[in-house]
Amino acid sequence: MLSIKRLSKAYVAGKPVLIDIDLEIAARGITAIIGASGTGKSTLIRCINRLVEPTSGAIEFEGRDLVKLSRASLRQARRHIGMVFQEYNLVERLTVMENLLSGRLGYVSAWRAWRRKFPPADIARAFELLDVVGLAGFANQRADSLSGGQRQRVGIARAVMQQPSLLLADEPTSSLDPKTSVEVMQLLTGIARERGIPVIINMHDVELARRFSDRIVGMAGGKVVFDGPPGELTDGMLKSIYGGEDWLH
Amino acid sequence: MSTAAARPDPFPVDGWKRAGWVLLAAYVVYAAAQMDVSWDRVVSGLHNARHFFERLFPPNFSRWDLLIKGLAESLQIAVLASALGIALSLPIGLAASRNLVPAWMSWPARLLIVAARSFHPVIVAILFVKAVGFGALAGILALALASIGFTAKLFAEAIEEISLKQVEAVRATGAPFGSVIGIGVLPQVFARFIGFATYQLDSNLRNSTMVGIVGAGGIGGTLFAAFQRFDYDFVCAILISIIALIMLGELLATGVRAIFIDGASIADLFRRSPGAPAGRHARLPEDD
Amino acid sequence: MAELAHDRIWRRFTPSQKLARFTVYLVIVAAIVASIRTVEVIPEFLADAPEQIADLLTRMWPPDTAYYPKGVHAALIETIHIASLGTLLSLLLALPVGLFAAHNICPYLPLNLVAKLILVSSRSVNSLVWALLFVGVFGPGALAGTLAIAFRSIGFVGKLVAEALEDSHPGPIEALSAAGAPRASLLSFGYWPQIKPAFWSIALFRWDINVRESAVLGLVGAGGIGMALDSALNLFQWNRVAVILLAIFAVVIAAEIVVTVARKRMIQPQQ
Repeated sequence: MLSIKRLSKAYVAGKPVLIDIDLEIAARGITAIIGASGTGKSTLIRCINRLVEPTSGAIEFEGRDLVKLSRASLRQARRHIGMVFQEYNLVERLTVMENLLSGRLGYVSAWRAWRRKFPPADIARAFELLDVVGLAGFANQRADSLSGGQRQRVGIARAVMQQPSLLLADEPTSSLDPKTSVEVMQLLTGIARERGIPVIINMHDVELARRFSDRIVGMAGGKVVFDGPPGELTDGMLKSIYGGEDWLH
Repeated sequence: MSTAAARPDPFPVDGWKRAGWVLLAAYVVYAAAQMDVSWDRVVSGLHNARHFFERLFPPNFSRWDLLIKGLAESLQIAVLASALGIALSLPIGLAASRNLVPAWMSWPARLLIVAARSFHPVIVAILFVKAVGFGALAGILALALASIGFTAKLFAEAIEEISLKQVEAVRATGAPFGSVIGIGVLPQVFARFIGFATYQLDSNLRNSTMVGIVGAGGIGGTLFAAFQRFDYDFVCAILISIIALIMLGELLATGVRAIFIDGASIADLFRRSPGAPAGRHARLPEDD
Repeated sequence: MAELAHDRIWRRFTPSQKLARFTVYLVIVAAIVASIRTVEVIPEFLADAPEQIADLLTRMWPPDTAYYPKGVHAALIETIHIASLGTLLSLLLALPVGLFAAHNICPYLPLNLVAKLILVSSRSVNSLVWALLFVGVFGPGALAGTLAIAFRSIGFVGKLVAEALEDSHPGPIEALSAAGAPRASLLSFGYWPQIKPAFWSIALFRWDINVRESAVLGLVGAGGIGMALDSALNLFQWNRVAVILLAIFAVVIAAEIVVTVARKRMIQPQQ
């Protein structure tokens, strides 16, 4: 359902961060992208919804090449792609409910959004999602009064509010402690499986990747060097992805 | 799963906020009515405005010698008022800092500062004109007083905010008093002091273009005279020159801050990109 | 093992920094000296100054308090109206200009520059001069004063709003645009909540300054207490001048108190 074809990105001419990436993402399943820092995994995720502009290549999603879309069409396409961020990226001074509903901004006119006149169906769905992510009763609390784990739950709920066909997650647990990381990963993958939404997660914790994903894509030097189920990821593979042995044990 | 009836209102109406907006709207209507602001007046005014603007343009620079003389005098007033004001602010600010000085000294100093701040420089300028006569002297004295009101206050605040821990640390090394001040106190306040001083110079430059309207010297007098003679195209030329002068002043102030606060060299000043104002966060909240 | 001394000199400032600092000092001293030598000040007047000032102060005492209800009170209230309406109007006008001046919201350089030019011009022309202009257009009275205050404040408010916008966190904005939010919603949901506290703080601050500014606009006929001051000065009625000055002082202090209280309430976390 997502076809990445020969995607390349160079921030500085002559120093490409992504080199001719080819990737097919199916309509179900959790895909984890792993790799050392700076190998382009964050760039790859951000190219998919064009938060970063690709230098060349095609990204086919729902029958259209996202790279070729105008700003207006891109905006419409983005409504179907939900994203979860490492730093949560909530609007701190707004309440949890307002942050959730901001996932629907692509569907509501700016004027109605300003007056907070969202469709009742959206509001009902928001309350339901709050229950699902375990934040029932937090609706009117300001986002900046929440802990990191709670904020990420709001971030996940916001992304799911879009009723997306695809979920992207850019290092969603890198700012969280180990226990909360596991909880958040359980929530994210649980919701995605239940609703049949494919997820692409960019992460640096290999154990978490192994535990929660159906497919692992390993990147090194701007290219895909491994692509397969977690079971096939041997230590030898990991060494070629990350380099060095000390950290393995 | 709770029922819809038990859900809290997603957007609770803040009664106080709403009342506040209503009050504000009511005030606007009331005040406008009090001030005899009727639609007819605005319309006839706009009519006048067109004629007025036609007479403003094109700006007439033919009397440029008068213009230069006025601008030069404004510059002199600004420089000397700043020098005098800042120089006096140092002892007065020090005298007003409650953490370094006993109360019997700090309270009168603080009172002096408050009094100096409360009156608009123009009012002070008028009084000085009545006292010492027309001309630049009145302007210099008036703006120096206004400078004290501002700079001494901020200087006192900066001193009150210094971390006494840093002073303690220097003292603990056994350093003599002069070094304690020099290394414990001054570095903490120096950057802010540069901020205030450049701001004050900038502010005095603006004010110096205006005190002339009441006879205290500078381009303001030239402007007022031109206005009263209906030489609107000359007025326009003067306004443009004032704007240019002030923009130049702002540029220079930014450069000085970059040199002293960010440690720039002369080459750095020219390399600096237009989008990054130097020492912005060391700047003051009270930017006029 | 001794290291070569010249490899490890510790200097506080590099030579180019020293040069820059020295240049500034030089220019400052030169400016002061040049000004002293060229300014047209008659030294006798300077020497005479303290005596003259003392004379003036004696003439102002005692302040003519009986004059207050008739001549001062209404004008004082008008001054406050001028300051308040002028500030409110400027908030309305400054927001769009501030938006265009922020380079993260409006990435088109020519528009940025035009907006910045508007803001600089507004700030560079003194409120007294604005008042002169508006008196010329609309005639004497409070309307001219209000517009003068408004137009002068646009530059102040707009500049600080632009800076607040440029300083806001890009993260939430990124998230909202990744969700497909339209531009206007990015502003209302992403930027506005972030700059709201700064905005009201700026507004309060400017109102405080405007109360002081409004008091003098009457000197050129733009309404408020300045007109009473102007006539008292022209008629050399020093006792009335004194009571007017005291009234202005009182209003300024009152405004400061209002602002300080409002600030304290704003800093408390809302819930």
